Amino acid sequence: MTKNKICIEIKNLNKSFGDTLAVDDVSLNIHENEFFTILGPSGCGKSTLLRLISGLEIQDKGSIIINGLDCSSIPANNRPVNMVFQSYALFPHLNIKDNIEFGLKLKKIPIKDIRQRVDNILDLIKMRDYIYKYPAELSGGQRQRVALARAIVNNPKIVLLDEPLSALDANLRIEMQQELVNIQRNLEITFMLVTHDQDEALSISSKIAIMENGKIIETNTSTNMYEYPIKKYSAEFLGRINIIDGYVLKKKQIFHSEIFGNIDLKGNENICENMVLAIRPEKIIIEKRKENKLNRIYAKGTITNSTYYGDMSYLTIELDNTKEIYIHVQNIHRNSLNELKIGKKLLASFDINDLILLEK
Amino acid sequence: MKNIKLLHSPIDYTRNKYLKIISYAFLIILYLPILNLVIFSFNDSKRNIVWRGFTSKYYEKVFDNQILFDAFSNSLTIASLSTIISTILGLSTAICLWKFNFYLKKYYDLALLFPIIIPEICMGVSMLAFFNFINWPSFEIWPLSLSTIIIAHVSFIFPIIAIIIRSRLSILNNEILEAGIDLGASNFQVIKLIVLPFLKPAIIASFLLAFTLSLDDFVVTFFTSGPNSVTLPVKIYSMVRFGITPEINAVSTILILIIIISTYFVIKFLTKNNRALTK
Repeated sequence: MTKNKICIEIKNLNKSFGDTLAVDDVSLNIHENEFFTILGPSGCGKSTLLRLISGLEIQDKGSIIINGLDCSSIPANNRPVNMVFQSYALFPHLNIKDNIEFGLKLKKIPIKDIRQRVDNILDLIKMRDYIYKYPAELSGGQRQRVALARAIVNNPKIVLLDEPLSALDANLRIEMQQELVNIQRNLEITFMLVTHDQDEALSISSKIAIMENGKIIETNTSTNMYEYPIKKYSAEFLGRINIIDGYVLKKKQIFHSEIFGNIDLKGNENICENMVLAIRPEKIIIEKRKENKLNRIYAKGTITNSTYYGDMSYLTIELDNTKEIYIHVQNIHRNSLNELKIGKKLLASFDINDLILLEK
Repeated sequence: MKNIKLLHSPIDYTRNKYLKIISYAFLIILYLPILNLVIFSFNDSKRNIVWRGFTSKYYEKVFDNQILFDAFSNSLTIASLSTIISTILGLSTAICLWKFNFYLKKYYDLALLFPIIIPEICMGVSMLAFFNFINWPSFEIWPLSLSTIIIAHVSFIFPIIAIIIRSRLSILNNEILEAGIDLGASNFQVIKLIVLPFLKPAIIASFLLAFTLSLDDFVVTFFTSGPNSVTLPVKIYSMVRFGITPEINAVSTILILIIIISTYFVIKFLTKNNRALTK
């Protein structure tokens, strides 16, 4: 894969509101054509970061470079970025066509070009039949599409999306996620999305940055962020994870755990004492009997809690009467559900290669 | 379950016999005098008691009566000028209170309500005292002779306009304005292309409401009008003192007609503005 050009370069960005530091020394590189997601709990400063890029807020320190151009002193209305707001923010007194044309008309683009660009975008979002309707007459999903169209019709360098799907119901949200990805791929525009929804971040983005308390904790591709996270915080925030109690013996390159014994860490780089081992719940499987396979660790336990989700069952298992771990089991056979009742004993195992070494 | 009827709308309550009687009585007491006034304006008699047949001669008389006509044109001039001034003041006040935070804003908000809640008679007396106190010159030339009335009308009408416009502004989400800026609009363009078109129904409605309020105001006008600046309601009052003639009925009917027409448009614009937002 060829590395794309850098689209937005953020350097040491700072922004505080009164005493609270909303964005704390953030540096990020967003490449062209990426679907970049900032994931974090509410109040972590992710929306502020987006507003700084759009120019709706002005940073205290640091710089924002868009396509090689330092935008720090360019006002919001002249920046080559467009935003999709959480509340969609469609103009209630204008119909759909006028809403979409708004930005183009302000830029004094010839009427012929406006018509063509609006035509193309209407096909893309499948809203041709609604051009003379008013925003109040549309459903949530339709408003969402119009808001997106109104942003991308201006050919911005980057589209900023501020929790755009949070107001939609679950099924529609999944549908719109897919549509966002398709539109982004078709148009080859850089998207930058802010969300607190882990599943959404994983399913749509090519890159994820996890943010907490105004700081970027980790930036990674979405698969790596889940399978090979570096920081404990990001591993715990994105999906469920079992942290294995124990400590690192650096000289011997082993991890000592009371339950699983000594685990060999050879092959891992950058081992330091301040690390923990962890494993994702779905990487652990239930076995019939113990086999002497290479790299496999076994543990006996009792089910203390079981939640049924249809396709999956989420189990909590107590190992040796002390430590609890989570296991996600796929319900492959319906007659095996009885084995997953509370109180049943079972044998769990996982592969050493699925263990993740995390910085605290 | 016994027969328990759930009453959902105000109309449902009229199914109750007693409530029905009360509501009809209410409507009759409210509207019969007005209907009576309109009917007797076409009565071919000098007295207002017995019906003597249809005529429109009192309307002709009204239009021939120079003093009445002057009073009527005074009223229209006052209403137009004070409406224009109050709309501009009210709009600016509303935008200012909505957009900015300033020292003592809370109290300014309350002070805005004052001209509305204060009894009109007090308002009239205080205005009279005020103009005397500052020695406001009594102009001879029309329309300057109307200045005191216009100032008094503006001072109790513009807060009403400010409140109507502000209630509409309160549903204008800040993100909508930011979307405008994000799409390339300057602050001035945001006002021109988003805020004002959004407020249009409220501005038109409050404009018409202000016109109606000014046109039929009596108390405040009575205290602030001079000998050269008699308005229609004040003139009607002075005519009534010599007995109620069908001429007065005719003038009043014309006034009612103007007010009904403008009220109709007020309601039309206010309901139109609701439709675009709630669904």
